[in-house]
Amino acid sequence: MPTTNTNRLDATKPMLLEIAALSVSFGKQDVLRRISIDIPTGQTLVILGESGCGKTVLLKTMIGLVRPSEGGVRLEGSSLAHMSEADLGHMRTRYGFVFQGAALFDSLTIADNVAFPLREHTLLKEPEIREIVSALLTEVGLPGSVGQKKPVQLSGGMRKRVGLARALALDPHLVLYDEPTTGLDPIMSDVINELMMRVRSREHVTSVIVTHDMISARKVADRIIMLYPLTRLGEDEEQLVFDGTPAELDRSTDPRICQFIEGKAGARLTEMRDEQARADAAPAATGNP
Amino acid sequence: MASTPTAPAETTRANAPAAAGGLTAWFAVQIANLGSFALSRVAGIGDVTIFSLKTLGWIFSRRQRRDVLLPSFYQIGVLSLPVVALTGLFIGMVLAVQSFAQFKALGLQTRLGAVINLSLVRELGPVLAATMLAGRVGSAMAAELGTMRVTEQIDAMESMGANPIYYLVVPRFLGCLILIPTLTVMADFMGVLGGYLYSHLLLGIDYHHYWNNSREYVDAFDFLMGIFKSFFFGAAIALVSCHRGFNCTPGAEGVGRAATNAFVHSFVLILVLDLFLGIGLDNVHDFFRPEGPRRLL
Repeated sequence: MPTTNTNRLDATKPMLLEIAALSVSFGKQDVLRRISIDIPTGQTLVILGESGCGKTVLLKTMIGLVRPSEGGVRLEGSSLAHMSEADLGHMRTRYGFVFQGAALFDSLTIADNVAFPLREHTLLKEPEIREIVSALLTEVGLPGSVGQKKPVQLSGGMRKRVGLARALALDPHLVLYDEPTTGLDPIMSDVINELMMRVRSREHVTSVIVTHDMISARKVADRIIMLYPLTRLGEDEEQLVFDGTPAELDRSTDPRICQFIEGKAGARLTEMRDEQARADAAPAATGNP
Repeated sequence: MASTPTAPAETTRANAPAAAGGLTAWFAVQIANLGSFALSRVAGIGDVTIFSLKTLGWIFSRRQRRDVLLPSFYQIGVLSLPVVALTGLFIGMVLAVQSFAQFKALGLQTRLGAVINLSLVRELGPVLAATMLAGRVGSAMAAELGTMRVTEQIDAMESMGANPIYYLVVPRFLGCLILIPTLTVMADFMGVLGGYLYSHLLLGIDYHHYWNNSREYVDAFDFLMGIFKSFFFGAAIALVSCHRGFNCTPGAEGVGRAATNAFVHSFVLILVLDLFLGIGLDNVHDFFRPEGPRRLL
């Protein structure tokens, strides 16, 4: 088990990320409602929640890839809402984002993908860039020979590791992972977990991980939060249904949390059947075909 | 645990008149829908305008990278050349086929060269080159950028502090803008060649009369008018197609729709621009030559 190096209210560490009363809507669809989280430097935060509850949107809002409808995000004391596009771009060089499908550029080789942020933001010469790329690929357990391949020639696990290598290229303070183990076999999932552990052991690196994978969450998290889909909540109910340590999560008696961590459909299945029945009955009641 | 499933907007709209129980309410809903549609169109135009201004801004605010520009130029210019040449050749021949009977009836078949070449350099050459570019390159750009949007590659670029408009749109925009005149020249040339070959070899029109009439009725202004219009067509194709790709909705259907819309919207815009530029340039022509164009008949 990881050593818990911080908790959600650790006053001794400066806050890296402060999210206050954050709401996000796409058109008429509300995805996030009044979310408030503070993340201290060095913490590894895992965001849990079922599909469609807004985990990825929350992750993207943290570095300004999605603009909130209300509330705000402060990164290292600076509000993202007040930053120009240029400042936002410059700020993002201090953060790494590992995408769910790795999001490698199809038209570039693996080496060029990893070198992309280095070429964009540093004045390093090509031999130095090649050296760093090789070291990064080695760090994520890939041989240097993959550098000349295109992303389509690699397996899902290898692509995710390349995505991690690219995210680490500029030695980031904050690394954001979007479902890093989804779609991987258990062995490869554990490889990714180990790599995340290795990254978090770097000095001052803060990690935020969105996942469904309870094994991964328990292994890497200092703190876990759980989001619940807004469509299944009442107007006044909190969307953030849990905020605590992995041990506290295991002790939780909230049925919504127990259902998720045990992976049992149970009452949710009945609920889905009821929803379907209501949807089927609605056209008949209004006389529509 | 509260469960409040949200009803789809369409169902809510459909139920509203019944609930209110009156024609007034139904009209109110229709007007609201119309207003919402109009607002979304205006927002869409605003979005394309902002996108275009950002693209123009990035052209001048940062030096363009040769390694990013050249592949785009190759895709847009070099690879489009054969198809533009082939279609240009055929459109010239088709013009000869379609015009010959009419002109022969009037005993003016020797003036076929003038009408074919005038139509080609003023209208068909630029519009044909632009249509082929919209079909071959515009759709491909929308599909490629759409796939990049769907697979989060554009987000990845942004997350690394690189501007996707600078990297992805500007090279495509410059490629279309700079290379469409060369494609237009190629379409013009091949059309003129195709028209002449068909008229001379198959319709038996004397080459001396063919070219003499062409020289008399087609001047540099006609040719430059076509080239001038092509810059606007190229810019429109690049901006519309890249915008469609950037705003692609998820899934294979979304990418397909982006590619189709890129072509359809570009084509409509090409024709609209062609009309207004044609009117504007004719006025310019009249200003410099008040005696008007020479009459073919």
